[in-house]
Amino acid sequence: MDNWKPTAQLESLQIRAELLIKIRQFFFERNVLEVETPLLARTTATDVHIQSLEVLSVDSVLDTKFYLQTSPEFAMKRMLSAGSGAIYQICKAFRQGEVSKIHNPEFTMLEWYQPGYSQSDLIDEVESLISAVLPIQAIPKLSYREVFQQQLGFDPHNISFKKLNSFAAEHIDVGAQQLSQTDLLQLLMDAIVVPHLPKNIFVYDFPVDQCALAAIKKDSDGQEVAKRFELFCSGMELANGYYELTDSNEQESRFEADKNKRQELGLPEYPLDSKLIAALDYGLPNCAGVALGVDRLCMLAAGYTEISKVISFTTDKT
Amino acid sequence: MANYSTNEFKGGLKVLIDTEPCSILENEIVKPGKGQAFNRVKLRNLKNGRVWERTYKSGESVEVADVLEIDMEYLYSDGEFWHFMKTDDSYEQVAADANAITDAKNWLKEQDIYTVVLWNDAPISVTPPNFVELEVTETDPGLKGDTAQGGTKPATLSSGAVVKVPLFVNIGDVLKVDTRTGEYQNRANK
Repeated sequence: MDNWKPTAQLESLQIRAELLIKIRQFFFERNVLEVETPLLARTTATDVHIQSLEVLSVDSVLDTKFYLQTSPEFAMKRMLSAGSGAIYQICKAFRQGEVSKIHNPEFTMLEWYQPGYSQSDLIDEVESLISAVLPIQAIPKLSYREVFQQQLGFDPHNISFKKLNSFAAEHIDVGAQQLSQTDLLQLLMDAIVVPHLPKNIFVYDFPVDQCALAAIKKDSDGQEVAKRFELFCSGMELANGYYELTDSNEQESRFEADKNKRQELGLPEYPLDSKLIAALDYGLPNCAGVALGVDRLCMLAAGYTEISKVISFTTDKT
Repeated sequence: MANYSTNEFKGGLKVLIDTEPCSILENEIVKPGKGQAFNRVKLRNLKNGRVWERTYKSGESVEVADVLEIDMEYLYSDGEFWHFMKTDDSYEQVAADANAITDAKNWLKEQDIYTVVLWNDAPISVTPPNFVELEVTETDPGLKGDTAQGGTKPATLSSGAVVKVPLFVNIGDVLKVDTRTGEYQNRANK
């Protein structure tokens, strides 16, 4: 019985260690400060598609329920509002129910924020980082609209639900299920668009409904878009970045909308992060931020298609 | 009515999709970074063999199908049905119709064992083993020098199947045939 052994080979762990050194070197050269923020918090991300792991503490000092972070975003934004300047973090993040060839419930995130950067400045910086750690040079950049128009022939920002349903039906069998506009676009993106794009590509300016914590602005054609970008490498989502939302009222109403959706879907309710709102009220500097999956980066560096090959002990085997 | 939820999906599960019995071949999880998780499921329709993909939202459920795949002995045909018997000493028999027997009817030999898929206890498909040994009931003598068809000639087997065989094969020879391709392998005379 070998179940006590690590799930990754030593060679993968060595490649992983080298990758971390290169990442730190990259940020050191650019004067980006490495920070550590708590893995335990009293609040957590309210996104309806992310379920947090809960930790119960019953000692006399801290008798409360904590959440394991799904990303260091909120704490890092509070630091930025307090004047930290450019910061980065390499840390563990946790998400319930995410197990697949490219998901482990406990995973390593590289997240960084650059005050004063636009979305496109940060895309360039992500490209530089990738070039520094993988044998990849220039990475093409296309807008969400461009990739849909190229692959499927329609404008994803301006298509009627009825038309989208019939387009989707031509490509994906979903039986009698009722899927939302966003569900359909995401399925089409995953099943049709990404597989036909260049192996490595940035896609930017997402539909407003998929904005998460990104600012919403008008693009060069006057179309309202979420200033959000994703980096796909070898068909995997590697990084997710934003020109960050800094308006505290807008942020608060997004949290409220999440809360209502959670109630509607019968999902656990999470407390609102009022300290993040207070930090935004005080003033989050205009900035762009990005989260990158380090385990997936290791998969690319080591040449594996399964995340278990680059994680020392995957959650199901601990 | 029992159900499987998407988080229980795996290869081999027998499910009812659009009232048809299917087997799950593959289950792939699709989870965009900030979006709904989906299961992309590859399915095989157990009645007509069709393989296709359906995508389910995580959390959806499908009905369990009462499907069994078992080995059965071929008994005989009455022209309308093909009769098989369970090999577990129960002597239970089932009757497969033309829709269920399809190609397998070319490779039937009494007392040989076939894989029968039962849905709600009724046979919906019959699969022969990869190789069968059948006797030649009809074929031309195969005169030497007759290379009009590249050194092969047709031969009819006891099951009714016609296969291409080398010229030296005679009536009464028992041949080993690959049921998947319908190709002669070798003579299996004892």
